[in-house]
Amino acid sequence: MAIAVRIPTILRNYTGGEKQVEANGSSLASLIDDLDAKHPGLKGRLVTDDGSLHRFVNVYVNDEDVRFTGALDTGLSDGDEVTILPAVAGG
Amino acid sequence: MLILDRSVRDAIVAHARRDHPDEACGIVAGAAGSDRPERVVEMTNAARSMTQYEFEPAEQLRVYREMDDRDEEPVVVYHSHTATEAYPSRTDVRYASQPEAHYVLVSTRDPEETEFRSFRIVDDVVTEEEIRISETVGGEA
Repeated sequence: MAIAVRIPTILRNYTGGEKQVEANGSSLASLIDDLDAKHPGLKGRLVTDDGSLHRFVNVYVNDEDVRFTGALDTGLSDGDEVTILPAVAGG
Repeated sequence: MLILDRSVRDAIVAHARRDHPDEACGIVAGAAGSDRPERVVEMTNAARSMTQYEFEPAEQLRVYREMDDRDEEPVVVYHSHTATEAYPSRTDVRYASQPEAHYVLVSTRDPEETEFRSFRIVDDVVTEEEIRISETVGGEA
């Protein structure tokens, strides 16, 4: 099951400069595990030590922000597109 | 050093003044690798706050995809402080994840004088940089 994942500039050092990579998984959590197997270190930038999605990144499946679709439990199907962006915020 | 066109600076300041007393935020896109900020994109402050800002995630996705399609990147990420100086706050530093971007801070605390400053934020270290204003895009600096 191939899912296209768009990688933000800040994380492209993990993907050899590629802005889009492919990975497999039936949920966002398993996709991130597969991404980390192919691009070691990536998971640590997306998921916190206690296993939730980092608040410094926004992750979208197709056009949906995964915060509203079950976060790491969001289901994925063949042909979905996952986009990762840095959250832009401050005080 | 940040080199930007006067019209770009004026557009950022106008946005900050318009949204005062809430914080305003946005980006200035430029051709990837050019380090030239040219296209101002005002973003919605999803926090709608006098002390915080946050890009609205759905809008951000649309804007960043558009940049990607045009081979652009966010050369400048800007926001305003409406009661304090134009210097990155602790929260600003914690969220700063784009070491290649110029972080522009505008302070609108004084109704007459606008502070306009630019910083690099890399690995939690803030470094102020000089700003040079050019009069026309592609023209002489």
